[in-house]
Amino acid sequence: MQTSTQNSNESIPKVVESKRQKRAGRIAEHASGGVIALLIKIGMLAVVDAIAVYALFILFLKQDWVIFTVVLVITAAINIIYFKRGLLPLKYLAPGLVFLLLFQVFVIGYTAYISFTNYGTGHNSTKEDAVTSLIQSAQYRVPDSPTFDLAIVEQAGQFNFLVTDPDGDVTIGNTETPLTEVSNAEMSGGKAVSIPGYNTVNFTDIVANQDAIAAMTVQVSDDPNDGALRTPDGSSAYLYLSTLSFDEAADTMTNTETGVVYADTGNGAFTSEDGEEILPGWSVVVGVENYVTAFTDASIRGPLLSVTAWTFAFALLSVATTFILGLFLAIVFNDVRMRGRKFYRVLMILPYAFPSFLGALVWAGMLNKDFGFVNVALLSGAEIPWLTNEWLAKFSILFVNLWLGFPYMFLVCTGALQSIPDELQEAAKMDGANPWQIFRRIKFPLLLVSIAPLLIASFAFNFNNFNLIYMLTNGGPRDASAGINVGASDILISMVYKVAFSGADRDYGLASAFSIIIFLIVAIISIVSFRQTKALEDLN
Amino acid sequence: MSTSTPASQRTTTTTAAAVPAKRPFKFSRWFGATGWRHLVGIVMIVFSMFPLFYVLSASLNPNGTLLQSNGLFSSLGFDNYVTLFNNPQRPYAAWFINTLVIGLTTAAGTVFLGALAAYCFSRMRFVGRRFGLLSLVIVQIFPQLLAVVAIFLLLTTLGDIFPILGLDNQIALIMVYLGGALGVNTYLMYGFFNTVPSDLDEAAKLDGAGHARIFFTIILRLVAPILAVVGLLSFIATTSDFVISSVVLVTPERQTLAVGLYQFVSDEFTTNWGVFAAGAVLAALPVMALFLYLQKYIVSGLTAGAVK
Repeated sequence: MQTSTQNSNESIPKVVESKRQKRAGRIAEHASGGVIALLIKIGMLAVVDAIAVYALFILFLKQDWVIFTVVLVITAAINIIYFKRGLLPLKYLAPGLVFLLLFQVFVIGYTAYISFTNYGTGHNSTKEDAVTSLIQSAQYRVPDSPTFDLAIVEQAGQFNFLVTDPDGDVTIGNTETPLTEVSNAEMSGGKAVSIPGYNTVNFTDIVANQDAIAAMTVQVSDDPNDGALRTPDGSSAYLYLSTLSFDEAADTMTNTETGVVYADTGNGAFTSEDGEEILPGWSVVVGVENYVTAFTDASIRGPLLSVTAWTFAFALLSVATTFILGLFLAIVFNDVRMRGRKFYRVLMILPYAFPSFLGALVWAGMLNKDFGFVNVALLSGAEIPWLTNEWLAKFSILFVNLWLGFPYMFLVCTGALQSIPDELQEAAKMDGANPWQIFRRIKFPLLLVSIAPLLIASFAFNFNNFNLIYMLTNGGPRDASAGINVGASDILISMVYKVAFSGADRDYGLASAFSIIIFLIVAIISIVSFRQTKALEDLN
Repeated sequence: MSTSTPASQRTTTTTAAAVPAKRPFKFSRWFGATGWRHLVGIVMIVFSMFPLFYVLSASLNPNGTLLQSNGLFSSLGFDNYVTLFNNPQRPYAAWFINTLVIGLTTAAGTVFLGALAAYCFSRMRFVGRRFGLLSLVIVQIFPQLLAVVAIFLLLTTLGDIFPILGLDNQIALIMVYLGGALGVNTYLMYGFFNTVPSDLDEAAKLDGAGHARIFFTIILRLVAPILAVVGLLSFIATTSDFVISSVVLVTPERQTLAVGLYQFVSDEFTTNWGVFAAGAVLAALPVMALFLYLQKYIVSGLTAGAVK
């Protein structure tokens, strides 16, 4: 210690930098990097810039200005940070920050935005796309319409229709771009067969891609109401018109057969006067509707409340059980006189090394009601519904989590116990404390100071312990009365996943609203618990 | 009561250790001091090892149903392992390689990004440093999987423009995982970086080394243990992630073990059991081997994070 202070004292006069020394420092800095380091740096920046320019080019073509700006700003920032002298901290932080901002901070904000929309099945695109797909889905072949001669040509993996209409005019188009007239096609027997820049798809390939080609609809013109061409066989196309017609000026969709007019009422779908919606619609901002639904719709509020309660119970009990068992084992095996402690320790922490999702799946098999090991072999054929009864499922989850989690607690408690100085114990013994008092009054409080942050972290982890729930019980048994797909042992995060990604009816908006609710709960818990830990630290 | 007995004897045994071979072996005394601990140990080993034995036995049982797997080690054979690698609908080998590639890349990226940030926070003093450290903690409070819907929709949008960043692409998945690179890991590393005396940096600086050289050639070597821990933790977290990978990866050939093996049992739970068990054993072996190999580092890393 002393020598180092002396050293720094001596070096202080040197550190007071004159201009010359500063310059010398800079030169040293430069010289130390060497040419190779500089080349690596420039090379990496070149790669980043090349990718960025490519991305900007594509974005420019697609006219996606929002993302264009984002990419431009990020690229500019990176170049400034690495080419400008100084800004040293940013040079080290920037790579991680880019990912952090995009895939952690931005997505949280995006979740909040989605929670205010009706994004989900039937509402997952723009209005323009919805209009096109509505018109296409209601198409019928125009009776007695002329036959268009057709060749399928391919460019960059995309099929195009090369169409010769009855008048002999040649046009080309695909599912994204309507037909446009071309003049350079090669004709054969009055029919265009190929065109420079495209590969003509031969008969075998047409057969191989039959489904994809039969599903293609190529609009005749920019106006979807003009109809589209489709082909049953890849060699002739027919005109299809839609029973729905879109009136852009009035912003309405009219069914030409029944005459019903569907208007855009602002809820993301064309709706008739008597409230009938035609889907697909598009996603619109619906304000707090998802939150209102979550808290007022009885078939959702009920499950939401019970799931929240179980999430808290599950996380608390998981921490408590694993901690108690881990601490107990740490105390038991923290005795230097005991032989083979290492042996026991290695074998006991194996569940921690076993991937947790596999652990849950293996236990799901062992606890299976009809064929599982526990019922069949251990309990000789008892048919106990470990995973399908509401309360037994909850018990099983806690039990399996104990198996998965106690080794961790055992390890950290052992570490914490060993870091408590022996003198304290000696001193307490001198003062006449019995072992229980030593543990309760001295070791445990000290242990808690160092372990408390880990207990909070463990709580936070279990609060969102998706794998265990989803793999072990899949949230079951399902609550049939609920308006959403949710079960008795679901926790909040598995409910979010099921609402958003399971079944035919996906509701991203509602799922995001649930996510935001979890965000708020977690935030409140964290604030409170951080305060608590500070209070604990003051004890020390 | 029970706790008081061993402690009162601890004093006697310490004196006994000083003068050995004087006292004859007495079972009750031995049991009171350490014997009961062995009993606890044996019970706990049965508890913790049993499921592992069970899955190993199931994987070696050629009659691959769940019911027939209950006879532990009743018949042995590698049929399940053979079946595992010969099922084109469930390309286990591809899952395995995918998991390794995604896991290792993410781990390496996490270690590198985290170490850069930790070095910065540990060695440099700049405006917003405290704020930066604090916001890292705060951001970590909200795990990525909560934003899975937004990640899914973001990748859908990005995929329309750059297919490489879209759904069903592993590079996109890795980048999403790297979003979580800073955070707890950085904190763990930050703590460890602080234990490396900065005199070393100063000395190197005086010898003419620049910040990059100090970081790459001096600091990184000294903090190798924490790099191993963070790398392993990140690898384990990545390989066991189901939520994000199941949403991002769609085609079977591109999926990871977690997604693939889950579908294995969710489809035909009871009949596929033996093959699933074989897949589970193979999936767990490398992780467990790595874990036991690096055990010392992990234990010290976990406790270093907690116990200062």
